[in-house]
Amino acid sequence: MTDLLEPRAIGADLVRRDGELKVRGTATYAYETPVEHPAYAHPVQATIARGRVTAMDTAAAEALDGVLAVLTPFNAERLAATDDAEYAVLQGQDVGFRGQLIGVVVAETSELAREVADGITVRYEELPHDAELSADRPDLYAPEQVNAGHETDTAEGDVAAAMAAAEVTLERTYSTAMYHNNPLEPHATTALWESAGDGFLTLWDSTQGVHPDRAAVCQVFGLEQEQVRVICPYVGGGFGSKGLPHANVMLTALAARALPGRPVKLALTRQQMFFLAGYRTPTIQRMQLAADSRGRLSAIAIDVVEQTSKVKEFAEQTGVPTRMMYASPNRRSTHRLAALDVPIPSWMRAPGECPGMFGPEVAMDELAEELGIDPIELRVRNEPDVDPETGKPWSSRNLVRCLREGAERFGWSGPRAHRDGDWLVGTGVASSVYPTMRQATSTANVRFEDGRYVAEIGAADLGTGAWTILPQITADALGVDVADVDVRIGDTRYPVASVAGGSSGTNTWGSALVVAAREFRTKFGADPRDGDEASGDVDQAGQDDTHSPYAFGAQFVEARVNADTGEIRVPRLLGVFGVGRVINPRTARSQLIGGMTMGLSMALHENSAWDPRLAQVANHDLAEYHITVNADVGAIEAHWIDEHDPYVNAMGSKGIGEIGIVGTAAAVVNAVHAATGVRVRHLPVTLDKLLTALP
Amino acid sequence: MDAEITLRVDGEAHRLTVDTRTSLLDALRERLGNTSPKKGCDHGQCGACTVLLDGDRALTCLALAVAHDGAEITTADGLAPAGELHPVQQAFLDSDAFQCGYCTPGQVCSAVGVLEEFERGWPSHVTEDLTGRPEMSHDEVAERMSGNLCRCAAYVNITPAVQQAGGAR
Amino acid sequence: MKPFAYARPGDVVEAVRDVVAEPNAVFLAGGTNLVDHLRLGVARPDLVVDVRTLTSREVTGLPDGGLRLGAATTNSQVAADPRVRERYPVLAQALLAGATGQLRNMATTGGNPLQRTRCVYFSDVTTPCNKREPGSGCSAVGGYTRYHAVLGTPAALPDPHAPETCIATHPSDMAVALAALDAQVQVLGPDGERTIPFTELHRLPGDDPSRDTVLQHGELITAIDLPVLPAGTRSAYRKVRDRASYAFALVSVAAVVTPDGELRLALGGVAHKPWRATRAEEVLRGQQLTEDAVRAAITAELAAAQPQPGIDSGNGFKIPLVARTVLATVRGLLPEEQS
Repeated sequence: MTDLLEPRAIGADLVRRDGELKVRGTATYAYETPVEHPAYAHPVQATIARGRVTAMDTAAAEALDGVLAVLTPFNAERLAATDDAEYAVLQGQDVGFRGQLIGVVVAETSELAREVADGITVRYEELPHDAELSADRPDLYAPEQVNAGHETDTAEGDVAAAMAAAEVTLERTYSTAMYHNNPLEPHATTALWESAGDGFLTLWDSTQGVHPDRAAVCQVFGLEQEQVRVICPYVGGGFGSKGLPHANVMLTALAARALPGRPVKLALTRQQMFFLAGYRTPTIQRMQLAADSRGRLSAIAIDVVEQTSKVKEFAEQTGVPTRMMYASPNRRSTHRLAALDVPIPSWMRAPGECPGMFGPEVAMDELAEELGIDPIELRVRNEPDVDPETGKPWSSRNLVRCLREGAERFGWSGPRAHRDGDWLVGTGVASSVYPTMRQATSTANVRFEDGRYVAEIGAADLGTGAWTILPQITADALGVDVADVDVRIGDTRYPVASVAGGSSGTNTWGSALVVAAREFRTKFGADPRDGDEASGDVDQAGQDDTHSPYAFGAQFVEARVNADTGEIRVPRLLGVFGVGRVINPRTARSQLIGGMTMGLSMALHENSAWDPRLAQVANHDLAEYHITVNADVGAIEAHWIDEHDPYVNAMGSKGIGEIGIVGTAAAVVNAVHAATGVRVRHLPVTLDKLLTALP
Repeated sequence: MDAEITLRVDGEAHRLTVDTRTSLLDALRERLGNTSPKKGCDHGQCGACTVLLDGDRALTCLALAVAHDGAEITTADGLAPAGELHPVQQAFLDSDAFQCGYCTPGQVCSAVGVLEEFERGWPSHVTEDLTGRPEMSHDEVAERMSGNLCRCAAYVNITPAVQQAGGAR
Repeated sequence: MKPFAYARPGDVVEAVRDVVAEPNAVFLAGGTNLVDHLRLGVARPDLVVDVRTLTSREVTGLPDGGLRLGAATTNSQVAADPRVRERYPVLAQALLAGATGQLRNMATTGGNPLQRTRCVYFSDVTTPCNKREPGSGCSAVGGYTRYHAVLGTPAALPDPHAPETCIATHPSDMAVALAALDAQVQVLGPDGERTIPFTELHRLPGDDPSRDTVLQHGELITAIDLPVLPAGTRSAYRKVRDRASYAFALVSVAAVVTPDGELRLALGGVAHKPWRATRAEEVLRGQQLTEDAVRAAITAELAAAQPQPGIDSGNGFKIPLVARTVLATVRGLLPEEQS
């Protein structure tokens, strides 16, 4: 049990501290950093998916007035570490996926850099590529582990026997599409290499973590931490894609090193982000459920097939939520990968849980239909007393409360389908889950400076609200008014902080801040002097290992399908969540509705249409890769229950950045099924999949 | 090929040399250091670069600077004097109508344009009676704001913010 | 983007002369499509001639009661014009269904119909495309065909390597409405002025997919005329798309019904050009405009439709979708007792 803070500032509805700068547009993002006399870089990308670059004709480009550098695999400096193939930019002639970086042009203007980069003739020795995922490939393999260190496969009991013996069984295959994070701010870096002494590199980079970013750059370039500073006060969204640096950061640093003293700016184009900034793998999920006639599960199993890149492995942990979500004596989960000549997949909002709660939550709806049981009731009947995977008690599990309260608020009772003029209307529900995590590393300083309390930590605010809520936590830990606290984040000059990922930022940084603040009070009492300072590490904060910590939620959807055209609209989306204590209801609500809207986007719109002949996403821009627009969004409500969890951390917070996207797509599919009778098991739900069933 | 042009940006005249290829967006960002219009796609597919161009909302990424010699441009930063906020900006703050902030200046400029378009009685795709005067309803505002993508998905807060600012006028 | 010279001549005559004199010159109006293509390397002109401020920015009445839309009128302006809203709702609706408020403030009457296909392979200079790079082949065949043609294509599946293959669609909403309205295009060229019926402005790929229209090099659209419609004519535009807004049409329908029951029908998102459904119109000629009659007519129109297989099941869904959308649109225009 941890010592929960007495909430005073925590829970207060405070306006974002960075708000005024953002509504005026004067908050400066990485590419926009004002620097003296910048140079502009534009990448060269491979136009084959597999083979070798045999020659690049750069002579004409180099001779052009205004061109400052042209780097290729043939002339780029050798990097200190090349074991991470994603980061080993321009270190060899091999091409492992279409769009791979094979050069960079630096010029006096961005127009010239782009013109020259686009004009370089590249000769290749092209090899046949293999870029098509399917569940029946003979070369699927089991990775050593899946993302976040989870086991690849788990099994308990005998699923096959339970399936054979059960009164009701369900066996279905579901799939989710390939998705690209597409933060509105493209991945961008301004880099300045100063060659005096051993050299010093400053990166103004768009990143979810300045410290992890710096660590990767130091490793690749063989630099000491003291030689690199990463600055990032504002991030134009990331959703995981800026959690770790991608190759563009290394390329920009390489370009800057070729031009000491000259700041070099490089922003990926929107199209380039479909090759270089990570993505969520498509997933194929074979589900098996066995139950008695009352809906009690006797088996639940998920077998996942997904892809990775031959260049670098990333194994999305799609099967993980099935391991703990519902009670069942017989359980199995497996992950199999196809390694392909494709760009490198990576983190995207709620990796694992987001795709991994699609199949199971649609399957539960299908089972409920089969049994003639209300889908909420089916979930309630399979509520586990303890975590089925670990056997530990829950730190708090309020899924049933979320379902019940959601049903009440949404108006769930009554028929799930009706017709309203030209529209077929249906409702659907699904559960949400996300683990409560805290990272192992983070340090905070608290100092008394000019009559104010200043907290420093190299954290990130990618729209999550960290600028606003970290002062709230610090104020309560110090027992002062939040208005008397300043927080400084987004710079490696401040103490080390973990990545803003896994919904762990607040839990981790907040814990360090609380330790530092308590340490400060212990050392200096209630009446500190100017310059008094204390620091605290997250590993000094109380840690409970005896409970299983998760956030839960329930999402409700009203879907309308046009009886003539099959067009799908979702006028209502309502979520109720148990996410521990909410630090700031304003920013928390924004996080939850943002996640739910992205879930809606996944359900209806997002689909990186993969062209296996070219080994690229065919629709690689924002006109064709659709994300939800304003007109797609009706009423979206996010509520939370009053949850007091003494086991997670001093704030009592569970993390809210990701749970909103978990389950939404399943709820939409379930609602569309209610409206039309069509069960769309392969996302996205588009009108062409409904046409034949329309009146 | 270079050309010399004059732009009036947020009330201030600038004489500058641009490449004929330079977009209005890059002229503002890279030549004049105005970070208010953002580059989200550079292709007219996201709306982050929206400004008021000679009074109307427009995308600066699809405008050649040289073709807009003499233009009057208002960015989000120019909507209100330093230390004050335009009613739309205040409404965005009040409604938490943004998260990461990258699409926000474009949303704000777009919203100012939308309110002016309501004032003029312009219809939209969702206007039932084309010959009437459209109301500032949720659906009308949401449709008109659909040219501004928000990946953080603050849409449910943006629409009421625009309505609030519209009512406050 | 390769360097280019920029010119803003004194008037349209000079502009035409400038473009005629330079074989690799293009006109620039609102720029919403051209500037994108310059950046992508899809358009690589040596000279850009800016006509945005040279052609008319007025909507004026014609002596016969029709309307003339100056080439430089913006899409927003035309959609908001009370005469257009009252007399040509199909055009106002088409304009308002296209793009976004910002883009409509920039895009012009002259430029909109000349926008080029949004075929994803056309926009990507690293892939073969006969429209962009004649003779290089067609990447769309067997690829991502969701936004591609089902009408006006060869009866059998096309050969992706043949130089004439192109299954692109024309993306304009406005153009579909103009096709249904029998608009007339006023053109100024090196040989003077001419008038082209709107339905004849765009062409099928034929043996040269690189050409979208019948305009010759140096010909400039100066205005588009809307002919007068009989009093009591009803019209509507219905666009079906994957997102509620800011998306190109999967299919769209422009329908005009005159008081004597004549239907003029044009389809979008289905062909290399805005598709005037002449076959359907012929079938209906002289018939009572009932749902059954319309169903039979659109079935006849779609008899030659050729679905394109491809990624995510291809685009065969467009054929039933067109039929359904036509029926729904026309139903909305029929007097109560007929629908």
